[in-house]
Amino acid sequence: MLGTATVGEFSPNLVSDLLDMWSAPFMVNAFRAMTLVSVLGAAVGVLLVIRRESFVGHTLSVIGVPGASGAVYFGGPAALGYYLAAGIGVLALGSRRAGGGARLAGQNAAVGTFQAAALATGLLFISLYKGFLGGTSALLFGSILGITGAQVAQLAVITALVLLALALLWRPLVFASLDPVIAASRGLRVGLLNLAYLTLLAVSAAAVAQITGGLLVFGLLVLPAATAQVVTTRPARTLVIAVILGFLIGWASLYSAYYTDYPVGFWLTSIAFAAYVIVRVGHQISDRVNG
Amino acid sequence: MSASLWHALITGTAVALAAGPIGYLLVLRAQMFTADALSHVAFAGALAALALGWDLRVGLFAVTIAVAVGLGLLGPRGRPDDVVIGGVFAWVLGLGVFFLSYYTRGGHGSDGTAGVRVLFGSILGLSRAQTVAAVVLELICVAAIATLARPLVFASLDPLVAVARGVPVALLGWSFLVLLGITAAEASQVVGSLLILGLLSAPAGAAIRLTSRPFVGMLAAAAIAVGSVWAGLAAAQLWPRIPPSFAIVAFATACYLIAGLIEDPFVVERRLSSLTE
Repeated sequence: MLGTATVGEFSPNLVSDLLDMWSAPFMVNAFRAMTLVSVLGAAVGVLLVIRRESFVGHTLSVIGVPGASGAVYFGGPAALGYYLAAGIGVLALGSRRAGGGARLAGQNAAVGTFQAAALATGLLFISLYKGFLGGTSALLFGSILGITGAQVAQLAVITALVLLALALLWRPLVFASLDPVIAASRGLRVGLLNLAYLTLLAVSAAAVAQITGGLLVFGLLVLPAATAQVVTTRPARTLVIAVILGFLIGWASLYSAYYTDYPVGFWLTSIAFAAYVIVRVGHQISDRVNG
Repeated sequence: MSASLWHALITGTAVALAAGPIGYLLVLRAQMFTADALSHVAFAGALAALALGWDLRVGLFAVTIAVAVGLGLLGPRGRPDDVVIGGVFAWVLGLGVFFLSYYTRGGHGSDGTAGVRVLFGSILGLSRAQTVAAVVLELICVAAIATLARPLVFASLDPLVAVARGVPVALLGWSFLVLLGITAAEASQVVGSLLILGLLSAPAGAAIRLTSRPFVGMLAAAAIAVGSVWAGLAAAQLWPRIPPSFAIVAFATACYLIAGLIEDPFVVERRLSSLTE
């Protein structure tokens, strides 16, 4: 993806490749940032997959687009735009939640309308801000070039905070996600937990979007967790497997993007999807064989 | 009025006429996420066509309809699981990025803005042939929806009873996905693939808030969608700095919000429960 800037050729010795890549400071930051966001995305994605709420997840993923383009238009830092948009998303989608069936149908229209309105606003900012067109592609599809140390530090803080919150709230969050009715009858405050989940999801999506771009966050959220869920039904194990997978996928896609001509977002989603398909098919075959 | 504005008006109207009722059925079936996925598939398909040097619409329709059919095959009764849709759609989006980078680098006379055009639409750049194609395809879609509306509503509201009565629920779900694929592909030329949801979900959401009768609701959704396209195009003419796609989605969203002010949310909740239970 870097054309002439590539330091060395790819060799089967992955460690020497790694050292070679790390001789370029921007790649060191890329690896740091990717490690953080892939772990973060995969961890939060487990809750998303348990709840079968991909639509909400995808909507919260793309609101980074109006957030960041708005920040650029008004001359503020893009990161602020991402997190502000995440906050607006939580407020908009968090007001009418919980419950299935009928509410789900109404929610469908609300979520879809919110997503379209958010992206339309992003388009407005992009068109009003002349000369933004080159940056639009990075905004939508991410870029691993030019990640600064400050950005990595910001991502590290967010990742640490979200993982800490997940560790503290894990059991009630999973319980409220798996069976909200029983969780409520046991005295858990399901409404509050749903809001906490939504906040963690939105904040994580905002962090991940800064590296993968607004349109590709979703792959990192849903694919490692979905793959892990094929192997195990236990939420805690799903979490561990998803995080390891996310990490491996993140690194593999940086390797691939560095040594080929194609963008990291393409590699990220393709490797993650390949892992999903292989694990699913493999699991089905082993199920057949074992009876 | 210039020719391009006429083309925009006619194509936009045709697409909105189909998008309204299809969106209404999507809300009833709680399948809006599938529409979200197919709209992004439309993006990848269009870019694949551009990258490979085909006619843009060939890739757009072939890929979108193929994925719609494929998704139907992946789930029971033509309704795939949420996570399966999510997985497929995340990957297709990645493929879109691949084709975008291939195209912007390749020698197909690219100008670097193709991706943005596909994502956000170019309603004022439609040719006469595109307009005719859109009108023909969308009229077919509208006719198909009109024919299938009654069994589709039945199959959407109560699939189990519908199966018991001998309604071909899976086939209906499948045909519906194909119609959705066609409309998503057409709509991506009007408002762009990222904003298709605006035409599908905002008018339908408004209609559901205004009436409890499904067939009246479908007509209302179509009317709101068409009205939004007209108002959006007019606004973009008055203020040239505003992109038409934004204005169209903004009007549709405004209708949704106004319908929410008119309607008591609790009535809507009850109405939806009486519909879906």
